[in-house]
Amino acid sequence: MDLPLIWAILIAGAVMLYVVLDGMDLGIGILTGFAKNDEERNLMTASIEPVWDGNETWLVLGGGGLMAAFPLAYAILMPAFYLPVLFMLAALIFRGVAFEFRHKAVRARTRFFWNNAFFIGSLVAALSQGLILGGFIQGVDVEGRSFAGGTFDWLTPFSLLVAVSVAVGYVLLGACWLVLKTEGEAQRRARRRGLLALIGVAVCFAAVSLATLSIDPRVTARWGFSMSSIEPEKLLPLSPIPLAGMILVVLAGRDLMRKNKAPDWRPYLFAVGVFLSGYLGLAISLFPYLVPFEIDLWQAAARDNALALMLAGGGIMLPVILIYTGYVYSLFWGKVDPDEAYHD
Amino acid sequence: MEFDALILSRLQFAFVIAFHIMFPAFTIGLAAFLAVCEGMWLWTRKSVFKRLYIHWVKIFALAFAMGVVSGVVMSYQFGTNWSVFSDKAGSVIGPLLAYEVLTAFFLEATFLGVMLFGWKRVGNKLHFIATCAVAIGTTISAFWILSANSWMQTPAGYAIDETTGNFYATDWLAVIFNPSFPSRYVHMMLAAFITTAAVIMAAGAWQVIRRHSSQPTRWQIRMAAGTLCLLMPLQIIAGHWSGEVAHEHQPAKIAAMEGWWETRAVQPTVLFALPDEENERNIAELSIPGTSPYLFFNVEGDLEGLKAFPEDERPPVWLVFWGFRIMVGAGLAMLVLGIWGAVLWWRDRIDRPGIFHWLAIPGGALGFVAVISGWVVAEVGRQPYTVYGELRTEDSLAPVTTGQVATSLIFFMVVYAIIFTAGTVYMARIATRGFGDDPTDPPERENRAPGSPLGSVSEKAKVPTLKSEPDE
Ligand code: HDD
Ligand code: HEM
Ligand code: HEM
Repeated sequence: MDLPLIWAILIAGAVMLYVVLDGMDLGIGILTGFAKNDEERNLMTASIEPVWDGNETWLVLGGGGLMAAFPLAYAILMPAFYLPVLFMLAALIFRGVAFEFRHKAVRARTRFFWNNAFFIGSLVAALSQGLILGGFIQGVDVEGRSFAGGTFDWLTPFSLLVAVSVAVGYVLLGACWLVLKTEGEAQRRARRRGLLALIGVAVCFAAVSLATLSIDPRVTARWGFSMSSIEPEKLLPLSPIPLAGMILVVLAGRDLMRKNKAPDWRPYLFAVGVFLSGYLGLAISLFPYLVPFEIDLWQAAARDNALALMLAGGGIMLPVILIYTGYVYSLFWGKVDPDEAYHD
Repeated sequence: MEFDALILSRLQFAFVIAFHIMFPAFTIGLAAFLAVCEGMWLWTRKSVFKRLYIHWVKIFALAFAMGVVSGVVMSYQFGTNWSVFSDKAGSVIGPLLAYEVLTAFFLEATFLGVMLFGWKRVGNKLHFIATCAVAIGTTISAFWILSANSWMQTPAGYAIDETTGNFYATDWLAVIFNPSFPSRYVHMMLAAFITTAAVIMAAGAWQVIRRHSSQPTRWQIRMAAGTLCLLMPLQIIAGHWSGEVAHEHQPAKIAAMEGWWETRAVQPTVLFALPDEENERNIAELSIPGTSPYLFFNVEGDLEGLKAFPEDERPPVWLVFWGFRIMVGAGLAMLVLGIWGAVLWWRDRIDRPGIFHWLAIPGGALGFVAVISGWVVAEVGRQPYTVYGELRTEDSLAPVTTGQVATSLIFFMVVYAIIFTAGTVYMARIATRGFGDDPTDPPERENRAPGSPLGSVSEKAKVPTLKSEPDE
C-alpha cells in the first residue's frame, strides 16, 4: 500500500472539508459586516453557531495531520508562512470568541467591538489563508531539511490575488448557506450578495488559473501547454475539470437569480462544486509536491509504521466522525431560529 | 540574557501554553460537573440540578470557546517555532496528536453544538448523551496530549534513524504508555477537577456575600467542598507518585525541585531557600534534616544533588524550586478550604457570609495557580531538553528570526490580554449574579415542522413549570 499517497489524499480531503465548511462560516462572518442591523446579524451567526466549532476542527486535522503524516513538509511550510499563519491564528481567535462575546456584551461600544471583531476576524482569516495558499503555490525556498527563504517571500502580487479570490469564494459559500438557512427579506439579500460574489469568483478563479499556469514550467507542461504549442492529449483528459467549474458557476448563478423556483440547498451545492473543481485543478497542477517544487509527498512522509497506525485509527474514526457530523447537521436542518440558543 | 529567537520562542511557547491550559483545566472539570448535574436532574428530577446546569453551561460555553481558539494556536506552534523538533519527533508524537483530533476534538466540538443549541430539537436523554460526549471528549483529549508530552519527558519505545537523525517508534504501546504517562494523566485530571471545584466554590461564596444565595448556591458550595475534600488527598498521593517517577527518570529535576546541591544518602526537606546557582548553594535555607526517607521511601542508594550533573545539564533551579512550593502550597490551601466548607455544610451555615466566604473567593484562582506552577515544574525541570536526554531545546528551534518571534510574541500578548479580560469579566458576571433572575427551564422541545415560517416561533422560551417538582 502506498501509505504516503493515501495520507496525502486524506489530508487534502480534510483541507477541502475545512474550506467548504469553515469557509462558509468565514464567508458569513464577512457578510455580517454588511448586515443592515443587529437582527440580521444575529440571524446570520445563528445559522452557523451550532456547527462552527466542528467545522474549524477540520483545520486542526489538516494542520495536525500534516505534522503527523508529513513532518518534513510541516517543518518547512510553517516557518515559511510564519506571519500569515500568525495573522490567521489571531484572526481565528477573535472570530471564535466573538461568537460568544457579542451576546454577552452589554454596552453598545463593546458590542460594536465584538461585532467588528467577528467581521474583521473572519475577513483577515480568509485573506491569510489565501496568502498561505498563494505562497504555497508559488513555491518555497528549501535548503537541506528546512526553510531557507525570507520573512516576506509569501507576499507577491500573485499571493494577493489568491487571497482576494479565497475571500470572495468564502463569501459565495456563506451567501449560499444563508439562502439555505433563511427566508423572506434576509434570503433575498443573501441571493443578491451571492450573485455578486459569484461574479467575483468567476473572474478571480479564471485569473488565478491563468496566473498559476505561468508559475512554473512544470505546471504548464502538466496541462499540456508549452511555449509554442498545445498538446491536446494532455489537455483534453483534464479539461472536464475547468469546464465543470464553468458550468457550475452558470448553474449557481441561475439558481441564485430564479428566486423560489430552485430548492434552497442547490446554490450551496453548486458553490461547493465550483470550489471542488478549483481545488482539483490545483491538486493536478502541483502533484506530487507537498512543498512545491522542492519536496514531494514521499520524501516528506513520516515513517510507515506511524502512517499505518494512523490509518488504522483514521479508518475507524473518520467514518464515525462523518456520521455524527452529518447527524448534527441534520438535527439543525431547516430554517434557522434565532431564539433557539441556550439562554444568555 | 540575550533576547534571541530561541529565548523568545521559549517565552512564547510558555506563554501560549500557559494561557491555553487554564481553559482545559477548567473545562475538563466543568464538563464533568455539568454531566453530573444533568444526570442528577434526570435521575432525581430535583429542579436545583437543572438550574445549576443551565447556569454553568453558559460559563462553560465561554470557557470552551477560549480553550478552542487558544488550542488551535498550539497545534501550529510546533511548526512555526519548533520545526526541527517537529521534523525529528513527528513520526512519534504526530500520530498521538492525530489520534487526539480524531477521537476527541471532533467529538467535543460537534456535540457542543447539540449541548448548547439542541435542547429544543432533541429529548432530555439525547441531550444528556451530548453532554456526556463532550465530557468524555475532554478526558480523551487530555489522554493523548499528555501521552505526547510524557513521551517527551520520558521517551520510550523508539529508535533513531541513522541517516536523518529522526526518531521513529519501535513499540507503540511503550510510546503511548511511557513511564511518566500514568502518573501525569492521573495528576492532571485530578488537577482539572480540583481547579473547577475551587472556581465553583468561589462563585457560590460570592453569591452568598452579595446575598444572592439560593438553593442552587448552597448545592454548588456543597458539591465543591465535597469534591475538594475527596480529591485533594488523592492529589497529594498522585503528586507523590509523580515525584517518584520523576526521581527515577529525571533526577536533575527532583534535585532542583527539592533544592538539593550535594549528593547524600539522606536529604533534608527544604521548606524555604533562595537558590544561588552561581555559587551552587542555597541562601537563607530553612529545612528539616533527615526527612527524605519519609518522602522517597522506595529509593535505594544516594539521592543526587545538582552538583552531580554537569552545568549544562541542569534545569534553571529558581523556577522549578519555587514553582513546586507554590503548587503544593496552593493545593494545601484548597484542601483547607474544602474541609472548612464541609464543616460549614455540616453545621448548616453555608449561606451565612463569613470569613470562609471572603477567603473562598480568591481561593477560586488557586487551582489555576497550582496548574500553571505545576507545569512550570514539569517543563522547566526537564530543560535543557525537549525530548529528554536526546534532543536539546536549542537544537529544536525553527529557522525563524528574532524579529519574527518578537512580533508574534507581542501580538499574542496583546490579543490574549484583550480576550482574557473580556472573557473573565463575562464569566464572572454570570457566575456571581446568582440564580434569582435565571430562567429555570430549558426551552420547550421543538414541535414546529422544520422549514415553517420564522415569524410564528419568535416568542420567547416558556415560563417554567417547576412548581410541582420536589426540591432538596
Ligand atoms: C490536559 C489537557 C490538555 C493539554 C495539556 C492541552 N490541551 Fe489542548 N485542549 C484540551 C486539553 C488539553 C481540551 C480539554 O480538549 C480543550 C480545552 C478546551 C477545549 O475546548 O478543548 C483543548 C482544545 C484544543 C484545541 C482545539 C480543539 C477544537 O478545535 O475543538 C487544539 C487544537 C488543542 N487543544 C491543541 C493542544 C496542543 C497542541 C497542546 C500542547 C502543546 C494542548 N492542546 C495542550
Ligand atoms: C499544558 C500545560 C503546559 C504548560 C503550562 C507548559 C509549560 C511550558 C513551559 C513553561 C515551557 C518552557 C520551559 C523553558 O523554556 O524553560 C515549556 C516548554 C515546552 N513544552 Fe510545555 N507546557 C505544557 C504542556 C505541554 C505539552 C502538552 C506539550 C507537548 C505535547 C509541551 C511541549 C513543550 C515543548 C516542545 C517545549 C519546548 C519549548 C521550550 O522549551 O520552550 N508542553 N512548556
Ligand atoms: C500537594 C501535593 C502535590 C504534590 C506532592 C505534587 C507533585 C508534583 C510533581 C512532583 C510534579 C512534577 C511531575 C513531573 O515533572 O514529572 C507535579 C506536576 C504538576 N502538578 Fe502537582 N503536586 C501536588 C499538588 C498539585 C495540585 C493541587 C495541582 C493542581 C490543582 C497540581 C498540578 C500539577 C500539574 C498540572 C503538573 C504538571 C503535569 C505533570 O507533570 O503531572 N499539583 N506535581
